[in-house]
Parts: sequence; structure tokens; C-alpha cells
Amino acid sequence: MKAVITVVGKDQVGILALIANECANAQINIADVSQTILDGIFTMTMVVEFSEASVALSEFSGYMRNLGESKGLVIRVMNQAIFDSMHRI
Amino acid sequence: MQTQEILETIKMIDEECLDVRTITMGISLLDCADTDIDKACEKVYNKICTKAKDLVKVGEQIEKEYGIPIINKRISVTPISMLVGVSGGDPVKYALTLERAAQTVGVNFIGGFSALVQKGFSAGDKELIAAIPQALAQTEHICASVNVGSTKAGINMDAVAMMGKCIRECAEVTKDENCIAAAKLVVFCNAVEDNPFMAGAFHGVGEPDVEIHVGVSGPGVVRAALAKAPKDAPMNEIADLIKRTAFKITRMGQMVGVIASERLGVPFGIVDLSLAPTPAVGDSVAHILEEMGLEMCGAYGTTACLAMLNDAVKKGGVMASSTVGGLSGAFIPVSEDAGMIDATREGVLCLEKLEAMTAVCSVGLDMIVIPGETTAEVLSGIIADEAAIGMVNSKTTAVRLIPAIGKQAGEELEFGGLLGSGPIMPINQTKNDVMIHRGGRIPAPLQSLKN
Repeated sequence: MKAVITVVGKDQVGILALIANECANAQINIADVSQTILDGIFTMTMVVEFSEASVALSEFSGYMRNLGESKGLVIRVMNQAIFDSMHRI
Repeated sequence: MQTQEILETIKMIDEECLDVRTITMGISLLDCADTDIDKACEKVYNKICTKAKDLVKVGEQIEKEYGIPIINKRISVTPISMLVGVSGGDPVKYALTLERAAQTVGVNFIGGFSALVQKGFSAGDKELIAAIPQALAQTEHICASVNVGSTKAGINMDAVAMMGKCIRECAEVTKDENCIAAAKLVVFCNAVEDNPFMAGAFHGVGEPDVEIHVGVSGPGVVRAALAKAPKDAPMNEIADLIKRTAFKITRMGQMVGVIASERLGVPFGIVDLSLAPTPAVGDSVAHILEEMGLEMCGAYGTTACLAMLNDAVKKGGVMASSTVGGLSGAFIPVSEDAGMIDATREGVLCLEKLEAMTAVCSVGLDMIVIPGETTAEVLSGIIADEAAIGMVNSKTTAVRLIPAIGKQAGEELEFGGLLGSGPIMPINQTKNDVMIHRGGRIPAPLQSLKN
């Protein structure tokens, strides 16, 4: 199953490293990354493969949300199915 | 997957209040009927607690995994009047049992303290209606509804007279709690059997033993889409925009419903693709109408805008889900909609305009606070008018009015939460006693020669 990680917040050093590190720790493989900086706001979307992960998606999403809050970032981990269902017929 | 699409979805959830309003589990209680009321209550409690034990847990799981807020988890049950018909006894016992079950499984509401009396009363119906005020006053999570008319049966005017009294009593017994019992009671014409929304949800006898319905919401998303359209865009383009947005919202609801039904091992019922407002900023149906070009909801043109909105939501949603049902359309609950509250305060939105709007919206006169002096007969008159609109137009109409006991027009009632706050709307208090006291039935209307 694929999931989408999105990160929005003020640009700072090490955001990508932070997320990639957490993914590696949880055996989550990164499939695709795209990032932009608009008016100093950092926006990153990352598609990851969750099937080999060592944690449940609901657990990981809660963990990442809290981690994001501590760094002033909004981090979401969502099952990719929600985007597919809304934007693909 | 395009980044832009991902961000669009996230914006809808974050800024435009997109949510799944409810996952509602319909549970048939027909197999719980017993001639001993205490035994019947025990069976009801056990069945609900067995079938719905994972409902809240699964709802919360989906919320976390998919990042979509699911505001309420609810249950609808077989109209309780049918169980009362078998067991006799005090129907309030059933309400207290449902309340206990609601607290055990942790759901927000159980709907189905209901009776269907469009053509007449059978065993248990009158007893249930008489017990509604106490049942709603003594419970917190239970909702009641009574269907008093239909296009095929006409209107049961004895029931209409009874329900006027019932609404007043509900308000009176909870006058120290903002007359809250009246906010949990709906009087229907053409009630639907698979509605996941409260207060009118019940599980019809034609439905399977257990099933899962989903009610989606998203007035804010539609308003945001319309805000981007140029002010000189023709109405048909606006309708198209609404359709496209409704499609996306419904697809999300369909997905949540399918997943919930798989995880709970219960068949999927329907997606109700209603635009259900909340008092939150940016979650208002009135603001969609205003975005179409009205200075304020209630201006001339409101009914036309609402008719187009209601139709376009259905057209967009029907393509997105294989099983659309319930009420599906735009709700106009006054106290739950920031734009309608403002329009009422300004005196722009009046009961007569709302009545016209109910001829084209998905339900009816909803969450309207009226002066406490309003008599039971005047309430019955409003119910009869509303039922007539539903009966003749082959649509669901409903009345959920809250007489603010001891208060006058211009004051306000504060309910809090999803129910919001209601400015008390002045209404026409001209007497209609003779007509209401006639009782009897209004015969079913002709289905041809339609003009």
C-alpha cells in the first residue's frame, strides 16, 4: 500500500533529512519526492511504499504529526487511496 | 499522482472544512421484539452492543490512516413503535435502553425512536408519540422522528395535530436546557428509510439486518470553488463547477464507506451526498448561495440558486457513487449555518422564504427557533403546510422547530456544538384551530394532470 507524506511549514535546514530518517527507521521505502518553496513556505509531498513498514499507518501518522508540531511543521501521512479516489476515475 | 491534486485535497480538508459528517450503522431490531418489554430491551441492548462494538474504533482508524475527519459515528434502528406494538408498556424504557447502548459503544447519536403513521396509527404508534417528550428529556443521545404523510398515502391530520402538541411539550419539559428536546425531534413527510443524518435517521423495514451508510459534507469546498469563478460566469457554468466539486466530495465518501463496510464486515448501504452545514466559519450553505451573487441569503433569487445547487450536487454525486441514497442534497438548518443565522438576525430570512426554499432543498424547515408563545395548533399548521409541499412534489420534507419557551422574537437560544445558536424568528400567529381540530386525512394527490 502506498501513502503520501506532506510537509508544510517554514523552510529550515534538515526537513528532508528528518522525514527520510524516520521513514528509514520504520522500513518505509521512498518512491517519489517533490518539493517547492513558495514565499518562504516549504511544501513537500512524498510518495512512500508502506507494505514492508514495521509500524501501522495510523500509528506512524500520529507519530509524525507530533514530531512535526515540535518542529513547527505540519506533517501528514495519508493513505494514497484518498487522493486516487478523489482525482481519478 | 500530481502534487497539485494532493495539495488540493489537503486544502479542502484543512481550510474548507471538508469532512465525512457521519458513518451511520443501520441495525434492524425486528428480531428483538418480545411480548415482555424488559426482555425486548435486553435484546435491543445486546444486539446494538454486538453489531456496533467496533464502529467507533474503525471510524477513528480510518480518520487517522486517510487523514479525513469523520465527525460523528451514529446508529439508526428500526422504528421503536414496532417493538412497542408487540411489547406494550412504557416506550421510555426503550429510549433509556438505547441511551445505555449509545454510551457503551460510544456513538454520538442513535436515531429511530420513531413511528410511521402517514396513513393511520397501528399498535404502539400513539403510545410512542405520547412518550417522545419524556424519552428525549431523559436521554442525551437519542433522536426521534415521526412520518405523518407521503405522496402515496396523503397526510394524517390527526398525527399532524398530535405532533404540534408533541413539539411544544418537548420544548416545555426541557425549557431550562434551551428546549433541547425539540431539536432532537423531526416530523417528516415522505421519510426515507436509509437516511444517515440526524435527527431523522431510522432503519427502514426494507433494509438488510445491518448496513453502513456514509453522510458526506462540504459546503465550504463548494463555496471555495465558486469563489474562484468570475462574477460574470453564467449560471450553467456555476452549476458545472458545483457538479465537479460534488463529484470529488462524494468519491471520498464512497471510499470511506467501502473501507468501513469491509472492516466492520457489514454490507455497504448508501452514500448520502448532502451539503450539511455547521456553525463553523466557512461551512455554510447560505454562503454558497451568497457566492452565487446574492447580497444575503433570503434575497429574491435565493430559491432559484438553491434549486440549482441541490440539483447540481445530486448530478455530480450520482456519478461518483454506485449507491446514492438518503436525503442527498442541500440542507438548510438555520441555527447550524453561520450565513442563515446572520440573515435571520438581519430579518432578511423569514419563515415564508424558508418554506419556499424547502420546496427545492433536500429536506425542510430545519432548526428554526420560534417564539415560545406559539401554540400547538400554529405548530401543527406549519407541519401541515410543509407536509403538503412534500406530498405534492414527491419529495421529503420535514419540520424541526424549537419553540423557545418564555422567550420572544429577537432573543436567541444557544445550543452549542453542531446545533449552533438560533435567533428567535418572528412568525405569523394567526389562529387555525378549527382546521387543525378537524383531524382526519388529506387524501393522496393525483399523480397525473400535473400543473
